[in-house]
Amino acid sequence: MQEVVDEFNHAQNRIVVDFLSVGQIEEKTLLATAGGEPPDLSGVYQQDICAFADRDALTPLSSFIRADGSTPEQFLSRYARAYAGFGSYQGELWGVPTTPTTTALFWNKDDFRAAGLDPERPPRTLAELDEMSEKLTRRDAQGNLTQIGFLPQQENSWVWSFPLWFGGQIFDGKNITIGTNPANLATFDWILGYSERYGVNNLRRLTSTFGSLSTPDDPFVSGKVAIIFDGTWRYNFISQFAPGLNYGVAALPQVLPGINDFTIADADMLVIPRGAKHPREAWEFINYLSSPNLAAQSLDDLSGLERLCYVQKKPSPLVQWSPFFTAHHPNPDIAIFRQLAASPHAVTMPKMGIWVEYQRNIQLAFDKVRLKVAPPPRALQECQDRTQGSWQWYQQSLALRSKTTAATP
Amino acid sequence: MKHHLQRLLTGLGFTLPWIIGLGVFTLYPVIASLYYSFCDYSVLQSAIWVGPDNYQRLLHDGTFWLSLRNTLIYAFGSLPLGMVVGLSLALLLNCRVRGTALFRTIFYLPSIVPVIASSMLWLWILNPSYGLINAALAPICHFFGQQPPGWLTDPAWSKPALILMSAWGVGNSMIIYLAGLQDVPEVLYEAAELDGAGKWQQFWHVTLPMIMPTIYFNLVMGIIGSMQIFTQVFIMTDGVQGTPAQSTLMYATYLFSTAFFDLRMGYACALAWVLFCLIALLTLGATRLLKERMSHVQ
Repeated sequence: MQEVVDEFNHAQNRIVVDFLSVGQIEEKTLLATAGGEPPDLSGVYQQDICAFADRDALTPLSSFIRADGSTPEQFLSRYARAYAGFGSYQGELWGVPTTPTTTALFWNKDDFRAAGLDPERPPRTLAELDEMSEKLTRRDAQGNLTQIGFLPQQENSWVWSFPLWFGGQIFDGKNITIGTNPANLATFDWILGYSERYGVNNLRRLTSTFGSLSTPDDPFVSGKVAIIFDGTWRYNFISQFAPGLNYGVAALPQVLPGINDFTIADADMLVIPRGAKHPREAWEFINYLSSPNLAAQSLDDLSGLERLCYVQKKPSPLVQWSPFFTAHHPNPDIAIFRQLAASPHAVTMPKMGIWVEYQRNIQLAFDKVRLKVAPPPRALQECQDRTQGSWQWYQQSLALRSKTTAATP
Repeated sequence: MKHHLQRLLTGLGFTLPWIIGLGVFTLYPVIASLYYSFCDYSVLQSAIWVGPDNYQRLLHDGTFWLSLRNTLIYAFGSLPLGMVVGLSLALLLNCRVRGTALFRTIFYLPSIVPVIASSMLWLWILNPSYGLINAALAPICHFFGQQPPGWLTDPAWSKPALILMSAWGVGNSMIIYLAGLQDVPEVLYEAAELDGAGKWQQFWHVTLPMIMPTIYFNLVMGIIGSMQIFTQVFIMTDGVQGTPAQSTLMYATYLFSTAFFDLRMGYACALAWVLFCLIALLTLGATRLLKERMSHVQ
């Protein structure tokens, strides 16, 4: 980001952006905004947009766009289909995507070859995924798992999307539906199937040897899992920890007939917190970032979002990419992620102010099912009841606030 | 009179920085949190009074009861363990042997290791596949045809793992026990010995009653500390998720996620006040339990 900030500061002489890199950005933005001293711009996660907007913590962006002689729809049309709606909520635009990702399937070609599978052919259906996973699984002389083909049990942050992949629904715009949609149950039965096939204790022993994503002990990098679902950042870690890894990237296998481009889209977002001292100038920076040089022919020509995404080896969230960005992107598989961002079957998290809590509850249901602590119907029902209760409370809280605001003269 | 006033003002002048600090950074937040516990408050907007609504919700909140249960199990497991290990170590280190100072330093050292570093270390120690504990247990377990525990990956073993880990930090209580032991007058042991008391009887009838105030102090501090356990579980069990399957979701982590992730600061304040009352009750219970026994010493 610093490179782009420097570029912006050099490109004009009225505004100086001072970039500050901090951890725990959500809490810091939250407390700074509550304290009345927010930064002019803040980079938050997509999951924060609704909660922050509901609590009046963000500055609406539509008025800036209109002041520039455009409309929010026109402005957003520059973004790829999967990302365009990320900042919109309750008829207003609250933030714009910066560095995005879609998710894809990564497979280890050497493991495929060793298991007698075609290394150039990833699984295309769910049945193939399960079948290949079995063939790719290895055990030692004592019967302990040493490698597994695919593992939905592997803890990750995409669990919530599995029901959508199965054609289910987790939120219908008004109510929580995790426990009421039959396809969700099928999803969790599938997850349970892996626990039953390999045994909870065996999987526990294997997964306890897995390191986290950004380490050389990551199970895909260290060769303990042959197939994973992940975002574009996976390339960065492979090139850092296992540069010679022979792997391929493809879309997730088909679960519903005819849908072979399912993907989960997500992005970091840039927002102007409520109470920012220089909102107009902040908007100018956002606008600059979102309007890169789409004719760039060289690295020096790259600007705005393209420069930012190039440095971070991520896809650009925009529909159009410059010739240099397209042809010389460091990630050799970037075209697949770009293609997936145009998919009509790309999904993202539901727009609701309690998403962080809901996601935690889904993760808990997943945990209970994979460890066989609770059967899928009970785990989903508990998740449904807990989240529906929180959702009603949240709405009551918003209603109370609007009533109080309306009563204030 | 004038001199008296002057002394008072001088005293106040010297203590003013502390009084201001206490008022602004402790007293005001404590009083404010009591007010907010009766409000709908998200931090980002002004608080709206809702009466006892937050406290009523607590009664029907399954996660609240679960986190309380987990915390009490942890507290009732780690407290006796910490007290027994701390006192045992103090008794050993109170012996007159060569290298006492070195041993005291070695046993105290873990207490000054930052919690984050020790938590990372224990993640390795408790790892079911690579960990030191299971490396030692594996031959025994395999002899009986069993698998060693999954520790933090198994809901049945995750709390015992945290309790076991709590013994790592007994250095502080050990030092306090040691000070207490050294305060026991030597004449009492001499008198007991003359009356024919053995080592065990001396410990039971002299040492233990005499160090009862120290035990009381460590018990109260232990209750306060264990009921507020946060950092270890936050680092070792996936933040506020309390993995596996919320078996390690503790009261303080639930409070934290409610306040800062779910933006329900009013409800979190109610949680904090309930915790305060619980700790006060437990402390009162401990005082009642040991009051009579401490009267000998006084």
